[in-house]
Amino acid sequence: MVLVEKIGGALRLAAVDPAAAGTGLVPGLTLADARARTPALRTIVHRPDMDAALLLQVMEDFGRFTPMIAEDSPHGLMLDVTGCAHLFGDETGLVRAAHERAGRIGLGIRSALASTPQAARALARFGPGGRFEAGQDRQEVRRLPVAALELSQRETQALQRAGLKRIADLDDRPRAPLAARFGADFSARLARILGDEDMRITPYRPPPPITVDRIFFEPIVDDADVERVLSDLLIETADRLDQASQGGRAFEAGFYRVDGEVRRIVVRTGRATRDRIAVLRLFRERLAALANPLDPGFGFDQIRLSVLETQTLKPDQPSLDGDRPDGEDFSRLIDRLTARLGPEAVLRFEPLGSHMPERAARMVPATMKVGRAAQDWPDLTPDDPPLRPLQMFDPPQPVETLAEVPDGSPLRFRWRRVLHEVACAEGPERIGGEWWRAPDQKTRDYYRVEDREGRRFWLFRQGLYGETDEPRWFVHGLFA
Amino acid sequence: MAALRTRLESLNACTLSLAPRQARDASVFPSCWARGTVHDLYAETPADAVAINAFGLGAALQAADGRAIVWGLHDMVGLEAGRPHGPGLHEMGLAPSDMLLVRAPDIQTLLIIGEEALRTPAVGAVLLSAWGEARALSLTASRRLALAAGGGHGTLFLARAGAVPAPSAAESRWSVRAVASAPLEGGAPGRPSFSATLLRRRGGGEPRTWIMEWDRDTRSFREPAPLSGAVVPLAAQRPAEASRPFRRRVA
Repeated sequence: MVLVEKIGGALRLAAVDPAAAGTGLVPGLTLADARARTPALRTIVHRPDMDAALLLQVMEDFGRFTPMIAEDSPHGLMLDVTGCAHLFGDETGLVRAAHERAGRIGLGIRSALASTPQAARALARFGPGGRFEAGQDRQEVRRLPVAALELSQRETQALQRAGLKRIADLDDRPRAPLAARFGADFSARLARILGDEDMRITPYRPPPPITVDRIFFEPIVDDADVERVLSDLLIETADRLDQASQGGRAFEAGFYRVDGEVRRIVVRTGRATRDRIAVLRLFRERLAALANPLDPGFGFDQIRLSVLETQTLKPDQPSLDGDRPDGEDFSRLIDRLTARLGPEAVLRFEPLGSHMPERAARMVPATMKVGRAAQDWPDLTPDDPPLRPLQMFDPPQPVETLAEVPDGSPLRFRWRRVLHEVACAEGPERIGGEWWRAPDQKTRDYYRVEDREGRRFWLFRQGLYGETDEPRWFVHGLFA
Repeated sequence: MAALRTRLESLNACTLSLAPRQARDASVFPSCWARGTVHDLYAETPADAVAINAFGLGAALQAADGRAIVWGLHDMVGLEAGRPHGPGLHEMGLAPSDMLLVRAPDIQTLLIIGEEALRTPAVGAVLLSAWGEARALSLTASRRLALAAGGGHGTLFLARAGAVPAPSAAESRWSVRAVASAPLEGGAPGRPSFSATLLRRRGGGEPRTWIMEWDRDTRSFREPAPLSGAVVPLAAQRPAEASRPFRRRVA
């Protein structure tokens, strides 16, 4: 079986399976040649995007071994397991667990565990693979061919022609002439692969400040069990936050399913907290309100709780009568409602500096930090009636005007099929468009209008007489 | 007037606790929004949805007594009567920065919001704006709200547009509509004006109607200015008057 892709107008083999490799097929061969050699060839179109998606999914799943994980292209993953091995017994246990995990989803992998990422990469791709103690890996790397440096084709050839076949040949030589010939990048590569220089990986997800894991021998399925585990993890998290005098602003629960699916649920709080009961309640509400509920499948075999964002929070001392300050329970209300309804449903009003009515204020999620304070609202003239409507239509709704007078409010208008007789009106309040945002915005003349029933409207005419042929009228809002 | 006053005083006497502002309001309007009670407000016609929200917000502001206000808004209200506009709230003296607006896709969620908010001591008043008849707003739901309010923290106002008054566990039931405002100089539309009818109140009392306007400076309802009336000034009808440019009002 081979994967084929189209390169330069010809179908070429992109990858071959072991059976095909046995018949002498290699990637890069044209499909026609391959067919000539092996007529009974099964071909599948190569889809690099699917490969990448699979790799991403595996990376999410392998996040169970360590939070420090990055893609190591092509087709590789780099895991920084510093301080993680004890969770699986020892390093051998961790390597075995990783192989088992990959085998279960049908992947054959090569792995190497060494003291630097580059050494591990070289040993996995060009060497025997396996687990190497510190010091031992250097010996092993020295035995690798120079190709393990992954230089360009030309440079590798140049090294081989010079009789330098193995890394050891380079290591034994003074570096300066080599650097002069092959560039500074070359000596950096050599230093890293040999472990003289240690470059840490850049993880796919920045590791959270606090992570607490629970691994199960038996996968758990029951909601009550999940909640109990979350509660336990929160106790541990709260302890660690307390020791660091920190409070969490965002908590993430990662549910690792047996079949490799990972689901992450995040809850955010309006202010830093380490109150585990409140956070557990947020998780409960969030889990209950999920549009796509948490599906345990054959069970979760690991649950991870991470604190994504922390903030300094002084140790608190509840007062004797058990009361909490008002601000705290209000922000808890915001958190609870946000967890249940989503941030776009729990809003605060914020003034904006614009004369356009639709841009004069906005509604922001209440969990966000306060941008503009109350004093930023414009000053009011005493004794004025409200000049802006209590409720506004977005977009403005068209009205049909009757008995119009030029440059004045209509005497009658029809809105939603109801005819309104104008009893009194005030205006126009002329508001020009924001030409710096979009050109050709028409000027609007706003009128405050009261009809004979006593209802108050905010009408506007778009465009001036003369500027447009037939100005259109809209109702933009309703006054109380 | 004196008769009215005595009557109002007798009404006020029945309330459990009075906000400090009430002494001033009492001459016009019995704002006996005691803590821990639920009040039903009905819009007389669906077109009065904005009036009822404004009335509810005004009442909530009085009841909250400086604490936060939570406005639970059924999404249908936003579609039918427009989305709340921050500057508009500000112009009514409603302190939009201290208000939490919570949008609810359905009535069930709206009720949850109401209960959650009532259980929070920092929330002084809750306004729930609902649109249309809804089975979810049953007597049971009303009792639940009353029970949640019974904690004694806040006052809840349930503003319903497009619904007919129905029995509930509320302390009082009102029917509200917008009325013509007392026109300002030059025939300009005046302050927010309401006609509020007390349909029923726990403890008895006959239905009565108050016509009043919202005064944003004192943040209270008051009787319209003496010279007002439903008389529409003719001047505004004249094209010459209407076409006058934007004029300044004399304070």
